[in-house]
Amino acid sequence: MSDQEVLSLTNIHKAFGGVVAIEDFSLNLKAGEVVALVGDNGAGKSTLIKIISGVYTPTSGEILLDGEAADIRDASAARANGIEVVYQDLALADQQPVYMNMFLGRELTKGPLNLLDKARMRQETQDLVDELDVRIPSASSTISDLSGGQRQGIAIARATHWASKLVLLDEPTAALGVAETARVEALIEQLKAKDLAILIISHSLDQVFRLSDRICVLRRGKQIGVRDTKSTDKNEIVSMITGVA
Amino acid sequence: MTRVSSRLQGLDFQQAVVYFGFLAIFLFFAVTLYDDGFLTQRNLTNIVLQTAPATIMAVGLVFALSAGEIDLSFGSIVAVSALSCAVALQSFPMPVGVLVGLGVGVAIGAFNGVLVAYLKLPSFLVTLATMGLFAGIARSMTNLRSVPVMNDTFTGLFGSGKLFSVPSLVIWTCLGVGIGHLIYRHTRFGAHVLATGDNPRAAQVSGIKVARVRLYVMMICGGCAGLAGLLYAGRLQAAKYTLGESDLMTVIAAVIVGGTALNSGKGSVVGALLGSLLMGMLNNGLILMNLKVSDQMIVRGLIILIAVAVSLRDTSR
Repeated sequence: MSDQEVLSLTNIHKAFGGVVAIEDFSLNLKAGEVVALVGDNGAGKSTLIKIISGVYTPTSGEILLDGEAADIRDASAARANGIEVVYQDLALADQQPVYMNMFLGRELTKGPLNLLDKARMRQETQDLVDELDVRIPSASSTISDLSGGQRQGIAIARATHWASKLVLLDEPTAALGVAETARVEALIEQLKAKDLAILIISHSLDQVFRLSDRICVLRRGKQIGVRDTKSTDKNEIVSMITGVA
Repeated sequence: MTRVSSRLQGLDFQQAVVYFGFLAIFLFFAVTLYDDGFLTQRNLTNIVLQTAPATIMAVGLVFALSAGEIDLSFGSIVAVSALSCAVALQSFPMPVGVLVGLGVGVAIGAFNGVLVAYLKLPSFLVTLATMGLFAGIARSMTNLRSVPVMNDTFTGLFGSGKLFSVPSLVIWTCLGVGIGHLIYRHTRFGAHVLATGDNPRAAQVSGIKVARVRLYVMMICGGCAGLAGLLYAGRLQAAKYTLGESDLMTVIAAVIVGGTALNSGKGSVVGALLGSLLMGMLNNGLILMNLKVSDQMIVRGLIILIAVAVSLRDTSR
């Protein structure tokens, strides 16, 4: 873990009309660090992810990337800044092959006519899934033929491939079985080893304690606190989430 | 073993249907209508010539359906484009007429597209309305009169002409399908069309300009309908408000039978060509069988129903 602060959020505030979704949120993330974002439904976790990934613009507050004011006015800008998101619904096009999903919106082309370079996309996808040990029949498989764990693997592999700074994971294992969850967690460890900063939303406290370096608790849009995972326990986190001591 | 057979079944069953259907109907007519001249080169060429406009419209519709949209107005666009072109040809040289015809098609497509992409109205309702709107405009443009097309270069290029003894309508069909297929399967735009129809949210978060894709597919539909209008005007040497009127069902059926899903980012331009030829063959065969027009309509409707049901039956899940 380096000391470089990849992402720093200062006094982020977001309101939809009169409804306050996030009030006064601040957090720093370092390269190679995993921070878990926990809280009950409606606490504002997904809103926060959407702010960082450029889907929402904060009403006020400052977002710095690598210490500089970041221009993430939309999702493309966030991506251009090295931020990748693994959405809860995975954002995969089900009827398309794996390699087209891997390069969705960033397809490789060749020749004077700028035709799709399917061979190269297929090969690079194959190399990537092999490297990350995502077990799928082939890079040409159609997404709808894959299992939930395989799809999740594809979505995370895609984020890994394109992220240069930060990966946001929204409930990456919510729909998975035990074995598949273990594989995805191993994948997340690999991202960490690649020196990416990782912000993960999870409802499973066991998982949060397995994966994270720090835990940030939200309740009804308020930031309750940030704890080092090593120096806290489940009871403390649960009482922070629920507000019941 | 079960694995192999289930893979075989899943293997683009929907896209294979058109090949089997095509072959089955072809063989059926070839046998039953042998004495009526179904198999003669003249008759077969005629089928291709007659389906040329529908094939071009089908290519456009593949793009719209693949992006999750639909265009019901292309029949009316055909009429308006053909009439505009015919009127322009009365006082201007050929290239101007062609540009007017195509331009009107693309412009109406853009009109549909803006309503769909930026005002976020459902394309089904938008084009249902513009279908009526432009059918009305086509009628009022020339007060229901047909406009003759006397320009020989035009009728040669878009109708009766030949290049190295290949009829121009066959060339237009090949060009339309070839270019359509290239764009659909081998360009980033084609990939974005499929992604947009498959999962618009995924497309959006992947940086694809979903609204622009929707606008463009409606424009492609309009442009193809415009070209179809030129082909009608060229072949019939006249334009009339009825052109394209009866193509709606045929073209939609051709595209669906050809393996393009109504709403899930899956399709085939080549399949649409086969679907269109299949519909043309059906028309041709039913006429050769000497069926009454009413009976033709009933049989055609039933066959389309069966074909669509078979090709939409999803065996992969």
